[in-house]
Formats: sequence, C-alpha cells, structure tokens
Amino acid sequence: MKKTIITVVGHDTVGIIAKVCTYLAENNINILDISQTIVQEYFNMMMIVDRSNSEKHFATVAEELEALGKEIGVVIKCQREEIFAQMHRI
Amino acid sequence: MINIYEVNETNKMVEQENLDVRTITMGISLLDCIDSDLDVCLEKIYKKITTSAKDLVKTGEDIAKEFGVPIVNKRISLTPIALVGGAACRTTEDFARIAKVLDKAAHEVGVNFIGGYSAMVSKGMTPADELLIRSIPLALSCTERVCSSVNVGSTRCGINMDAVKLMGEIIRETAEYTKESDSLGCAKLVVFCNAPDDNPFMAGAFHGVTEADRIINVGVSGPGVVKTALEKVRGENFEVLCETIKKTAFKVTRVGQLVAKEASRRLGVPFGIVDLSLAPTPAIGDSVADILCEIGLEHAGAPGTTAALALLNDQVKKGGVMASSYVGGLSGAFIPVSEDQGMIDAVTAGALTLEKLEAMTCVCSVGLDMIAIPGDTKATTISGIIADEMAIGMVNQKTTAVRLIPVVGKGVGETVEFGGLLGYAPIMPVNPFGCDAFVNRGGRIPAPIHSFKN
Repeated sequence: MKKTIITVVGHDTVGIIAKVCTYLAENNINILDISQTIVQEYFNMMMIVDRSNSEKHFATVAEELEALGKEIGVVIKCQREEIFAQMHRI
Repeated sequence: MINIYEVNETNKMVEQENLDVRTITMGISLLDCIDSDLDVCLEKIYKKITTSAKDLVKTGEDIAKEFGVPIVNKRISLTPIALVGGAACRTTEDFARIAKVLDKAAHEVGVNFIGGYSAMVSKGMTPADELLIRSIPLALSCTERVCSSVNVGSTRCGINMDAVKLMGEIIRETAEYTKESDSLGCAKLVVFCNAPDDNPFMAGAFHGVTEADRIINVGVSGPGVVKTALEKVRGENFEVLCETIKKTAFKVTRVGQLVAKEASRRLGVPFGIVDLSLAPTPAIGDSVADILCEIGLEHAGAPGTTAALALLNDQVKKGGVMASSYVGGLSGAFIPVSEDQGMIDAVTAGALTLEKLEAMTCVCSVGLDMIAIPGDTKATTISGIIADEMAIGMVNQKTTAVRLIPVVGKGVGETVEFGGLLGYAPIMPVNPFGCDAFVNRGGRIPAPIHSFKN
C-alpha cells in the first residue's frame, strides 16, 4: 500500500470534498479515511489515501491536486504518510 | 492511524516554524584519485565527484516534494585534500588548481558548497599539509563554493601551536585576498579541535579517512520549532522545559532520519549519520538565541546564558539519539553570530561579547562561529583566540571550532553583509592586549592527562 496524506485548507465553499474526491476517483486513488473540521470558517480536511493502483507518478498527482486547489481557492498538499508516521509514532 | 492534529502539527512546523532538513551531504573518498601527476589527479577527482554526486541534487528535490519538507542544501564533503594532492602538488598554485577543479565539479552537479579543502595537523604538519594551508587564501579567493578546514588539535594529541600560529596568519591573509567581498573567504574557513569525520555541515565538512568510499550524512534543523514549543510552557519548571525540548528534538530528528534513509536508498549510497544540530539561519524565527530568550533570558549573553545553552544542548541530544539509529557529526546547538538574527540583536544591544561566546562554546557544539572582528586585528591575537578555543575542545573532549572574519577596512560599530545563509554581522571588539610571546613560542601543547585512557 502506498499511503499518502492529502490536506486541504482554505475558505469553506460548496463542493470542495466533491471535487477532490472526483479527482481521486478518476485517478484510481482509494480513500481510506477522511477527517474534516471547520476552524473559524476555515475548512480543514485530511484524507488518508492509497495510490498503489494509480498509474500517475507521485509528483504529477501532487501538482494536479495543487492546481485543483488553486481552482477552488484552497491549498491542497499531498505528502507521503511516512513523514507523519515517523514524527508521531515511535 | 495518523490523525488530523498530527498532520496539522507537522505541516505547521514546516510552514510557520522553519522546520527543514538543513543539508544532505554526500561524503566522497578521493583516496583512489591520488596520483603523482597533477593533471591525472585533477581528472580523476573531477570524474569521481561528478559521477558519484550526479543525482544528489535531483534526489534531494524529489524527496523534499514527496514528504513536503524542504531540504535546503545539497552538499559534498571530500577526503582532506592535503592527503589527496600531497603526491602531485609542489607549490601552493598546484593546490589551488585542485580547488578550482572542486569548484567546477560543485557547479556541474549543482551543490552550493563542497568541503574538504582540508588538512589534519593536530600533532604535526607534513610538507603537503603546510603547502595546502599556505594555499588556502589563494584557493578561497579563486573559487566560489569550496570550503576549507584545518584541524589543529585533539584530546589525544594536544594542540599543534605551530599550526595555530600559522592559521592566525592564514586567516588574515584570506581576509586580505577577499577584501573586495568583505573578507568573505574567511566565512569558508574553519579551524578545528577534535574535528569529526562525518560532519555534514559547512564550512567544516570533510570526509574522514575512517569513512567508506561514499556516504550520506544528513543535518537537521529546527530552532523555530523548539522556540514555538517552548512558548506553550512559559513559567513552567525545568522538568517541563527539558521534557518539551526533548520531545521536539525527537520529532525534528525523525524527519532527518527518514530523509537520510530515503536519500541513501535512492542514491545507492550507505547511510552514515544524522547530525542533530540546531542550526539557525538569518530568517526571522529560525534562531537559537530566540530559544535562549524563550527559556527566560532578556538577551543571549545575559547571565544564565551558559546554563540555558547547556540544558538546551543536552536535551536536544537526549531527544535526538532516540530518533535516529546513527547519530554523529557535531550534534548540538550552533551559535553562529551572523547566521542568527537573535545573536545579531544581542551583539547590537551590547549583551553578547566574544568572551561570553567563548564560555558558551564550552557547553554546545562547535565554537566561535561566524564572528566578524576588526580588519586590523593582529594575526597573533587571532592565533591566541584560536588557541583558547582549541584548549576548550581538547580538555572537554569535544569538537570546537573557530570561524572568525577579520573584515579588512572595517572596525567596531560597522556591519558586514555576507548574504544568503551566511547573513550579516556587526563587527565585535577584540581584547586589545597582546599574546605575541605566547603564540611565537613554537611547538605543541601536550595532550591533557585525561587523554591517557588505555
């Protein structure tokens, strides 16, 4: 499994999750977990996804998600899970 | 599974608190490039560096992108050139030719510094060592990215005072050779006691002869992360303070360990060490001095500074060793003046002096680092300062270093601008009393009694 963490931060608006999920579905990236909160009207979402069945290279997915974020007006980051697991788990 | 708070904490460290991997440094042995013909030697050196490190920068950039953590520098450290060039070089110009080839190779592979224009002379100098040392002013003035270091003492051998005397003169000469750029050459020249073989940080990085053919060493950083963590425990006791630093250091070091392992795997080069240093940059919020202030000092340099730095250094190590399987290099807090806005402010406010900095070097890694002094400081005075610092390293069995910049044409009260990561610095006053007779004695200071451990 190639676990990847996607974070979305920005002003809340209609259809953020829909657009991100559509992109992931189109690219055969499976969502394992979603958590989402609104802090002071700021939309804050984290997704754990598995991209082992996606044909696209990591960098391409990251760039396309970043571009999608700009379209919606939010910041989308895509990072490999290890960075978080290493830092927060012994 | 990882939760949203943990993800946000990590990303906040990167985005707001300047968490980064300061450097991925590839150590390359040049021992197999030794040749009695200088042209052959130069060709072998260029080829070995450019083939070994051809993917270093690209790999660093890829890893940074995938993990979302900036990797600020990609660098190369080499076998001390005095050993490599000894058989071929007959003049200082010969050695400078090697420096130029190193510079060219650094440009070719895209690294911003290449270290190892070095000599290890803690007990004595071979003719090649001396020739290399004498070529340093020329080498640093005709290259851009080459860094030089000279190890003049160790706990096992004592201090080579002939080399200390010579280095005082060489630092002056390097300042003179590079006076058009505010004596910038001296910012790339370090004098060491107990220099580590696997230090990834410039300007003192070299690839020791105890190392493998190639190795990946990583230096992490994160003064801003520690400072922010400490903001949340204001007024708490020392136990809470130390625990907070330790936990933060653990997290920061884990990032370094991950990046080091990943770089090692992708490049097919063995992983060496993670250097746990807290390395500041001139960026606001990336300062070791600010941590000292957060611990409770009005300015770095105030009474209590040495104690605060001692505990900081110790907790960084305690948190860090648990996070990495191999720890090495300098591992501790760096206190360069010009590269740390908080230090610069402390000097400007009159809180921090050269003498206090010397005391601070007893309890943290490295030593008198990136300190601008008046351009008319005598060579023997510089040698005296070096000798003091080397003595601290020798007796305390730790690495100490001196990187002083006597800025030609400038005096106390003026400021010097080095640019980029090297920052800027107010010129600090130096004790005006002489030490000529001491420095001119010649010979070496014997190893201290506690070096006889066999």
